[in-house]
Amino acid sequence: MRLSALRILLLLIPGLFLAACGSGESNVVQGNRAGILHFGNGTEPQGLDPHVVTGIPEMNIVNALFEGLAVKNPYTLEPEPGVAQSWDISADGLTITFHLNPEAKWSNGDPITAEDFVWSWRRALNPAMGNQYAYMLYPLVNAEAFATGQLDDFADVGVAALDEHTLQVRLNAPTPYFIQLMDHHSTFPVHRPTIEKHGKSTDRFTRWTRVENIVGNGAFRLKDWQLNRRLVVEKSDTYWDSDRVQLNGIVYYPTENTSSEERMFRVGQLHYTQTIPLDKIPVYRAKEDSPYVNAPYIGTYYYLLNINEPPLNDVRVRQALAMTVDRDRLTSTVLHGSNVPAYSITPPGTLGYQPPTLFGYDVEKARQLLAEAGYPNGEGWPGLELTYNTSEAHLKIAVALQQMWKDALNIDVTLANQEWKVYLDSVDQMNFQMARRGWIGDYVDPNNFLDLFLCGGGNNSTGFCDPVFDDMIQQQAPRAKTREERYAIFDAAETRLMEQMPIIPIYTYTSNHLIHPSVQGVPSNLMDSVNFRYVSLENELGVIE
Amino acid sequence: MWRFVGYRLLQAIPVLLVVITVTFFLVRAAPGGPFSSEKAVIPEVKAALEAQYGLNLTLFQQYTSYLSDLTKGDLGPSFKYPGRSVNELIAAGFPVTAELGFYALLVALSIGGVAGIIASLRPNTAQDYIPMSAAMIGICMPSFLLGPILILVFGIYLEWLPVSGWGDIPGDKILPAVTLGSTYAAYVARLSRAGMLEVMSQDYIRTARAKGLPEWQVVTRHALRGGLIPVVAFLGPAFAGLLSGSFVVETIFQIPGLGRFYVQAAFNRDYTMILGATVFLATLIVVFNLLSDILAAWMNPRLRAQFAEQ
Repeated sequence: MRLSALRILLLLIPGLFLAACGSGESNVVQGNRAGILHFGNGTEPQGLDPHVVTGIPEMNIVNALFEGLAVKNPYTLEPEPGVAQSWDISADGLTITFHLNPEAKWSNGDPITAEDFVWSWRRALNPAMGNQYAYMLYPLVNAEAFATGQLDDFADVGVAALDEHTLQVRLNAPTPYFIQLMDHHSTFPVHRPTIEKHGKSTDRFTRWTRVENIVGNGAFRLKDWQLNRRLVVEKSDTYWDSDRVQLNGIVYYPTENTSSEERMFRVGQLHYTQTIPLDKIPVYRAKEDSPYVNAPYIGTYYYLLNINEPPLNDVRVRQALAMTVDRDRLTSTVLHGSNVPAYSITPPGTLGYQPPTLFGYDVEKARQLLAEAGYPNGEGWPGLELTYNTSEAHLKIAVALQQMWKDALNIDVTLANQEWKVYLDSVDQMNFQMARRGWIGDYVDPNNFLDLFLCGGGNNSTGFCDPVFDDMIQQQAPRAKTREERYAIFDAAETRLMEQMPIIPIYTYTSNHLIHPSVQGVPSNLMDSVNFRYVSLENELGVIE
Repeated sequence: MWRFVGYRLLQAIPVLLVVITVTFFLVRAAPGGPFSSEKAVIPEVKAALEAQYGLNLTLFQQYTSYLSDLTKGDLGPSFKYPGRSVNELIAAGFPVTAELGFYALLVALSIGGVAGIIASLRPNTAQDYIPMSAAMIGICMPSFLLGPILILVFGIYLEWLPVSGWGDIPGDKILPAVTLGSTYAAYVARLSRAGMLEVMSQDYIRTARAKGLPEWQVVTRHALRGGLIPVVAFLGPAFAGLLSGSFVVETIFQIPGLGRFYVQAAFNRDYTMILGATVFLATLIVVFNLLSDILAAWMNPRLRAQFAEQ
């Protein structure tokens, strides 16, 4: 046989590999020169309509394309002027008057008027819109009644345009965090002529947010949007504060797979990653001048306890379980020190609020409580099932806790993992004994965590109901004269909650990003929010090795 | 011939109808809906959302209206991406997936075919064992393992090729195509080896050799055509498999293909997208199976004769 194996191989295979090699400059190097930020954004955005979208990737884009009355300073999280130049709050705290910046324009050049906000908020609250964040505007007089269809006339809702540049809102009760809500996309203005040109104002399916149609009012405008590939925005010249905007553009990548995202960062395809795979944390920690940034985040990871179901209907059992979770060990080993142990539902330092700590890691006390509840050394324990949604991280934590409970209390806890939507259904129906849960704050205020546990609240999911607690949250706190007085009420309410222990707090979330050293103006903050107006790129060459 | 094609196409209609019906009712039987989320949605909002998507109708009404839209080629709006139609999502993702599948098939055929032919020329020697063992490893190695290994070696250590993307950076299509194609390359190698071994022992090969043809001409002119029939029969299902099974590779390499939309749709309970992608892929599978049958018939004189008689 003269046919050589080698000859055929030589003929056919190399062609495939020789097709293209040598990639030239990385995105980061090119971006630093051109002022373009390459941003790992987690997933493909669901959409760009501020009154439709719900997720964080969407928020990162919508915040660049639109702007509300006020924006957050990324360093302090205090509100600062957005479309509104200034605002006055009446002495009783019930009326706020916003003075709009006459320079504020839509990206097509139209001026932004107070009437734009009235129309936009009407749209945001319209029940037909199906806006899942409509409740952000509930502090307005009659807003809830309008959003739930009990009131038809929007004129009775507490918002009015006094003149072209003056917007007045009336509140149900003093709401110290109301100005903060003006930075949430559900309260953003939208351009009425554009929306009406492409369909009904409440239609979710129209094409008004497409590149060729969209009109926004943010520091950036939409330039290109390729599904599941990238979304590009460029600096807007109609933006009132465009002199301060230093970036010329942002490219958002749908980086679903965190390992892929980390590799993209490593080879200089990204400036900023949405997160980092858990097992890569020690690697990046060990680096000098590490691009790894870890900071407290306004969210709590906890287990819901169904307090109607035995054995969890006994508060002593709930306390015993909570006390035998060794949070320090869990966060330092399983979570590689990336998160902070939690002993309360409200994250510590939420705008100066420090939640009460009612218990700690105390195996002796827990054994005693369990014995009092009728299960000395785990005897007669009826079993307990922990439900969580399928994910490697949740599994690791569940297994660690399962072992801690076995070691400390000699009780068996079985694990049941469920696919995400099945899990949501189980939690919604309260079809569980103990279930994993996480809550990320929409705004920086203890209220956002404590009002989860109002009687019958949609996100309560534990069966906890305490009228005194409800009164504190709904009646007393809003009427407090000072921040100290208000926080004292929250402290007392949270103490009542944690005494009853309808949840087991496990850890406080942290934000975890890889950020290239050339990126400036992205300070860590509790909301993990990036204000792109503050971001700049130092033209520094190189890729992190 | 045309009767055969027409008959097979007619057969496809009830098959697709069953696929649609089963999928339609299965996805709706799954717990959790497209609008369930971690944050509780108030009943008014939920009702408004359901009304916008026609979920307030009875299940049977939804089914018949879906079928009637389908006959017009309308696959409905996506639940997950408001403002996007399923047709649009498929139109955006499918060309990418098809391109990836095509390159992967080229990789599979060139590597697998060559390896199989080489192995078959000297059965039971090192020349046979080495490519066939490599093929076995290829079959066993899942793409979620092979992909990251290739990325580490060629993308990160050697810095020869990009680690992700599709059509953004020169050369970014190579690693995904090799990753996706290698599993199929292994199958192709085994099929072509078996096919060639059978053919090489036939009388007409002996005749060719007796005529004094050099061995490479015996292989290329006489043996290949018959020897590769099993591979061709495998091509249709393989290409359909590449199209519907590229999800893992698309995720590893951040490729904006249909596979990612499809799998996410299932997690999101994006009813219309699940159905739309299923109908679309089922149709493709039917078509590709038919095409590969036709191609196999064209290559096989005995089958061709049968068609001619019909």
